[in-house]
Amino acid sequence: MLTIDNLHVRVAGKDILKGLSLKVNAGEVHAIMGPNGAGKSTLGNVLAGREGYEVTQGSVVWNGKDLLELEPEERAAEGVFLAFQYPVEIPGVNNTYFLRAALNAQRKRRGEAELDSMQFLKRVREKLAVLHLKDELLHRAVNEGFSGGEKKRNEIFQMALLEPKLAILDETDSGLDIDALKMVADGVNAMRDPARAFVVITHYQRLLDYIVPDFVHVLADGRIVESGDKSLALKLEEHGYSWIAERKLAGAA
Amino acid sequence: MVAGFLEPLLADGVARQGSQSGWLAQVRTRALEQLIRDGLPGPRNEAWKYTSLRAIGQRRYARSDPAAATRPIDANLLDLPGVEGPRLVFVNGGFRADLSIIADVPGMELRSLSDVLEAEPDSLREFLSRSFDNAEDAFARLNTVLASDGVVIRVAAGARIVPPVHLVIAGAVAEKELAWQLRCIFDIGEGAALRLVEHHVGENGHGHFGNVLSQLALRANARLDLLQVQNGAETASLTRRTEALLDAGAHLEMRSIEVGAQWMRHDLAVRLNGDRSRFVSRGVFALRGRQHADTRLDIRHSARDTACDIVWRGVADQRARGVFHGAITVESGADGSDAQLSNKNLLLSDQAEIDTQPVLEIHADEVKAAHGATVGQLDEGALFYLRSRGIGPAQARSLLTLAFCRVAFDSIENGILREYLDTLMLERLPQAADGDSQTKSSQ
Repeated sequence: MLTIDNLHVRVAGKDILKGLSLKVNAGEVHAIMGPNGAGKSTLGNVLAGREGYEVTQGSVVWNGKDLLELEPEERAAEGVFLAFQYPVEIPGVNNTYFLRAALNAQRKRRGEAELDSMQFLKRVREKLAVLHLKDELLHRAVNEGFSGGEKKRNEIFQMALLEPKLAILDETDSGLDIDALKMVADGVNAMRDPARAFVVITHYQRLLDYIVPDFVHVLADGRIVESGDKSLALKLEEHGYSWIAERKLAGAA
Repeated sequence: MVAGFLEPLLADGVARQGSQSGWLAQVRTRALEQLIRDGLPGPRNEAWKYTSLRAIGQRRYARSDPAAATRPIDANLLDLPGVEGPRLVFVNGGFRADLSIIADVPGMELRSLSDVLEAEPDSLREFLSRSFDNAEDAFARLNTVLASDGVVIRVAAGARIVPPVHLVIAGAVAEKELAWQLRCIFDIGEGAALRLVEHHVGENGHGHFGNVLSQLALRANARLDLLQVQNGAETASLTRRTEALLDAGAHLEMRSIEVGAQWMRHDLAVRLNGDRSRFVSRGVFALRGRQHADTRLDIRHSARDTACDIVWRGVADQRARGVFHGAITVESGADGSDAQLSNKNLLLSDQAEIDTQPVLEIHADEVKAAHGATVGQLDEGALFYLRSRGIGPAQARSLLTLAFCRVAFDSIENGILREYLDTLMLERLPQAADGDSQTKSSQ
């Protein structure tokens, strides 16, 4: 489904990803863990198509297409979704209007019929109910004045509504208290599906107690240095990221 | 010596004033003399630094439209969704009783200026004796000399008028290009309240030069909600001077939307003359093509504990040019005043230009004041956020631009009107054209 091969990415003249490879199949949940500065957020941003990320080597193939060739809105229509680490506040743009514009732009691009406002609102209400969100959220401007937790919940709500095939969660757990964390995890778990994959980028193991991954990868210095099942996350929690570096050194010696 | 622009307009100006009552004739003669002496302001006049009168100064307009009273005009132009109430319509500077809706609203007097001038000119002496002694106010002088019609609205003390008054100032294609004048007087009595919409519209294709001089008097504790929708023909020129005098506790709440006219200048002079009087202004101009719009605010705090709260936005696309000058003066003795001005501008093209100049002068004590102005582009972070959700770049830009402009009218409670203003703004903003990227994705 998603094949990242030997990806090298440069940001502002600095090499951040240095040969990252990863394969994600439909239905799988992959956790990417790693210390600060390892390139975790760069991975999310480069997959979503943010400007300023220069791919110097390697490839990303998504459902047979060269993902890196696509514009951000085309990636969205192809089913790629990034839950932002820092969701952007957009004063003056109503959340409902934004979501409907986004959903219909995607549908149009895919050659599907656009939803009228009744159909759209029906879908919105279903998703709100699943996520236990209040519809007050709909009447506000996109993320404007939202608390950190509300912004992250809004990201998950957008994900639920847009129903992507690949959801990349970029440190969605950061800054969340335990209740908000559970809510986010419930939202993700409710969307787990044999046809949908998740890449969960996180610094802490805590989120993975609630979103149980099929695979855990450790990203350090721009590449994946260790992969395993969920027990790897627990070992990291116990020993810290320095443990990986020490093991690598030991292996090299 | 007057030449070019002024010459045909002032041709028999001196002869006209002979028929008027004493004080009014004097005021007009004085304005005429000043106008002949100073002519139109040149580029060295500070108030006209960014707006050249060179091109206009060379054009020759006719002084009136002989057919103004009967000229057909598209009735749809005159409507403003969500605004239903008394309506006064002027076409090419002439009052149109046939298009107006004058209902009898208790507590409000609503008449044409010519009617009041005929019957009781002295009742307007307070307003019409105003003289303009600065050469920069050439168009106010011209209006003083020539305006023979306009609007007079007087609200009795304590009367709170519910239906909004809709003033439509329309331009229609005529045989000749005209320079028409309108003089408007709004007198809101003590403790009275009025909602007023000043609505400029026009048939495309006419190149008239409109000149509106409005005087607003808000007596103690009066409130006026004034919405200005300037959607004139994109071939027309328009200059307006709006003067407001606020007595103690009075409140002027303004919303200004400027999208029309090829060339536009608006001088807004507000004097906070009574203690605790308050002026709130939200405004936006959105320009494209070769439009030129110059908004000049001159706010004076002359009494204690007065407040102004001004937020303006500007958008310029293509080769348009916007000018915003926001001057606030807190005079000596106006202690405890609060003055806030923010002006943010958005350039949508490399060839567009916006000049903004906030000016704050404080001569009083214990004043709270803040002002700021910026000119920039759309936020790349917000653009990417929208695109990452599937919204194409053109639609994302127009969404963000509309959101930027909305500050001017998002506090309007009338939902139908607000939606109309959304549509009006959207029509003026770069059109969504995401066709290219769509063809790419369908491969």
